[in-house]
Amino acid sequence: MKYLLTALFAALLALPARADIEIEEVTSPGGITAWLVEEPSIPFVSLELRFRGGASLDLPGNRGAVNLMVGLLEEGAGERDARGFAEAAESIAASFSFDASDDAVSVSARFLKETQPEALALLRDALTAPRFDADALERVRAQVISGIRSDLKDPDSIASAAFDRMVFGDHPYGSAREGTEDSVAALTRDDLIDAHAGVLTRDRVYVAAAGDITGEELSALLDDLLGDLPATGRPQPADVAVTTEAGATVVPFDTPQSVALFGHEGIERDDPDFFAAYVMNQILGAGGFESRLMNEVREKRGLTYGVYSYLVPKDHAALYLGRVASANDRIAEAIDVIRAEWERLAAEGVSEEELAEAKTYLTGAYPLRFDGNGPIADILVGMQMDHLPLDYVETRNDKVAAVTLDDVSRVAERLLRPEALHFVVVGQPEGLEATPGQ
Amino acid sequence: MLRLLAVTAALLLAALPLRAEGINDLVTTFTLDNGMDVVVIEDHRAPVVVHMVWYRAGSADEPAGSSGVAHFLEHLLFKGTDTLAPGEFSKVVAANGGTDNAFTSYDYTGYFQRVAADRLGLMMQMEADRMVNLNLGPEDILTEREVIIEERNQRVENDPGALFREQRNAALYMNHRYGVPIIGWRHEMETLDLDAALAFYKRHYAPNNAILIVAGDTTPEEVRALAQEHYGPLPANPELGPRLRPQEPVQMSERRLTFRDARVAQPYVIRTYLAPERDPGAQETAAALVMLSEILGGGQTSVLNRKLQFEKQKAVYTSAFYSGVSLDDTSFGLVIVPSQGVSLQEAEDALDTAVAEFLEEGVDAEQLERIKFQLRAQQIYARDDVSQLARRYGAALTAELTVEDVQAWPDVLQAVTEDDILAAARMVFDRKNSVTGWLMSEETEVTQ
Repeated sequence: MKYLLTALFAALLALPARADIEIEEVTSPGGITAWLVEEPSIPFVSLELRFRGGASLDLPGNRGAVNLMVGLLEEGAGERDARGFAEAAESIAASFSFDASDDAVSVSARFLKETQPEALALLRDALTAPRFDADALERVRAQVISGIRSDLKDPDSIASAAFDRMVFGDHPYGSAREGTEDSVAALTRDDLIDAHAGVLTRDRVYVAAAGDITGEELSALLDDLLGDLPATGRPQPADVAVTTEAGATVVPFDTPQSVALFGHEGIERDDPDFFAAYVMNQILGAGGFESRLMNEVREKRGLTYGVYSYLVPKDHAALYLGRVASANDRIAEAIDVIRAEWERLAAEGVSEEELAEAKTYLTGAYPLRFDGNGPIADILVGMQMDHLPLDYVETRNDKVAAVTLDDVSRVAERLLRPEALHFVVVGQPEGLEATPGQ
Repeated sequence: MLRLLAVTAALLLAALPLRAEGINDLVTTFTLDNGMDVVVIEDHRAPVVVHMVWYRAGSADEPAGSSGVAHFLEHLLFKGTDTLAPGEFSKVVAANGGTDNAFTSYDYTGYFQRVAADRLGLMMQMEADRMVNLNLGPEDILTEREVIIEERNQRVENDPGALFREQRNAALYMNHRYGVPIIGWRHEMETLDLDAALAFYKRHYAPNNAILIVAGDTTPEEVRALAQEHYGPLPANPELGPRLRPQEPVQMSERRLTFRDARVAQPYVIRTYLAPERDPGAQETAAALVMLSEILGGGQTSVLNRKLQFEKQKAVYTSAFYSGVSLDDTSFGLVIVPSQGVSLQEAEDALDTAVAEFLEEGVDAEQLERIKFQLRAQQIYARDDVSQLARRYGAALTAELTVEDVQAWPDVLQAVTEDDILAAARMVFDRKNSVTGWLMSEETEVTQ
């Protein structure tokens, strides 16, 4: 009886491979563009903004300024202090979140249709007129420092910090965007004002909205929301080459399970072979329970709860990374298995069956992402950050479907480089040979 | 700044409410002849469905000595059945463009797939299959047991905050299985075997102990037809009895504990009180406790934030939490993460003072109105995420609440008065029912 159902399932593979959404591009009188999916069935709006550059625009010696500045945007703005701002947002059930990552400052807003003007007025204040009041500054600074201290004792954070330092050195990618306890302690109000003026500027902003709002409404509000921001700000950082050597760096930390971060150079988002690489990674380490890494490390050997690999095309460097965690006496074996899988795929490519399964999954899963105003606005702003065209949603699955076995073999040979695959291991790994020097 | 939320991340906050008008109209419920309850939540904006089966069986239903078996079994359900090879379930879901996973808690175990709407029947076919036809070999057991031990390593052993939580829960529940971790005590996990897993499976996995929830681009008619086809033929388990679990005795003594770990970067104080949960037809006290947790610890304008972060700089983070969806007694918690230079004793004292002052000063009517408005707004926002709505129903129904309770809950919340909140506070803040924990690094000074 076993496996009887397989044939039946195989017959069901034709998928509805289109996301049924219509994206409109609007431009304000002042020249700010935004992408929109109008969805009037629920009376609220999700709005997403991105400012390219993010925490990598920190000035030398000022590490953590952008992160702290972003953390203070809703802690007092315009005529309201921190509590006044929070009360005003709560009283209309609007929510705002502000976040700094390596390549962007992200702003997410969600507000009811019935209080849209009030919500946008609050958001405008936060973006254009943050107060950086002394008491709020000290309160948030203490929270950031508390987080920095926690990161110093968190295995995953320790691994990321060591990997980034090794690969990126003095480039902004090489240090934690939160800064160090000392650098954050030294930040002044002027540093934050300066970071605000240099980072939240009109020349680098991307806007997307989804929900109960028309194109006309959206284009009319953009100038009011963002028009008071400076036209331009700090230059973007330089590109940086990723160089690694095969081996392992051990960061001793007294904890029962070792965490390993591994990887080497990756592939740019606009590389002609990006889709081939994306499909290849689905087979190697991105797919839930189906990937080769999960199958070999977890399902067959029980060495971990989870192992993943992922492409990280950043604005100024491209990485191919992975993560695994295993008990201290088993991590060496997990690493051996991962290395072997890296070599096997680089040398042998993938099978027809694996390729077909990965493509079916990826094309079938894509339309499932568009299942709410929040996710749609997020996808739309991400597309703009990646310089993708307005019709990308309609062509994306064709690009995945077009990937051939030859494409995967070619990209596997180029992308997977066992001679550069480096592991940073945090814990007390047993039987693992560390590579000196790196 | 939400950085420090990890302190309470593992304790789910109160489920967001639903309102009688609007959101309840999306929901249809019925029961199959074999006793399987069905909830359908319609959202036709995208051609997607979430298909879930929830069992009224969680870690608190495990036999003593087999902690972790509910969660272990959840993993094993992805191994073979009579007709599916190990791993084939997820492979088929993926081959259809879907994703799948499962989750285990104290009161339930749930399985779900998110997939294109026209694959619903296939999901039901496979989920019905593994409800009764699980076929496990000894190999599956041994490898998967290593996986769950690595999962425990990742979630608990590598995280001093999680170890601390286990110790506190064990102290809070003197008799109830809520004091035993969902993932299991390590020494018992290491002994879990095929017999333990199958015994739990045979006892609890049956249509009359399960709830089917389908949310997304479907209709009640379609779900009814497909459910009857796939789940309808499964026999009910006639031996399924009521869920009688050991209950807490009257607690007579406050408990205090300290937990030291070199990996702690940020010490904190957390106190949990035993608290009543939402009961069928009687949700008023729980609603008042939800409001109390919001007023004390719900965000920037909360009482604890104001007193301990704004007026006095005693804390970098404060919170209050309460989860009313629970089959048996739940807990109400208070957290303070002290500022640099503030000792844990000072922090705890400041927390107690703030709560005492609140009981004297009473509820700020404007704050209460803001919270109620936000809860009403949640009825609108919640419609954007029917998967979340589906989980709310699943958690409530497996805690023996009814669909009527779930649908009445928003109105019960709106009816809470300032007096109700103060009465609930005086009732719940009884130190005899509490555990106070101090999480410390090796260096943290106990006294000033």
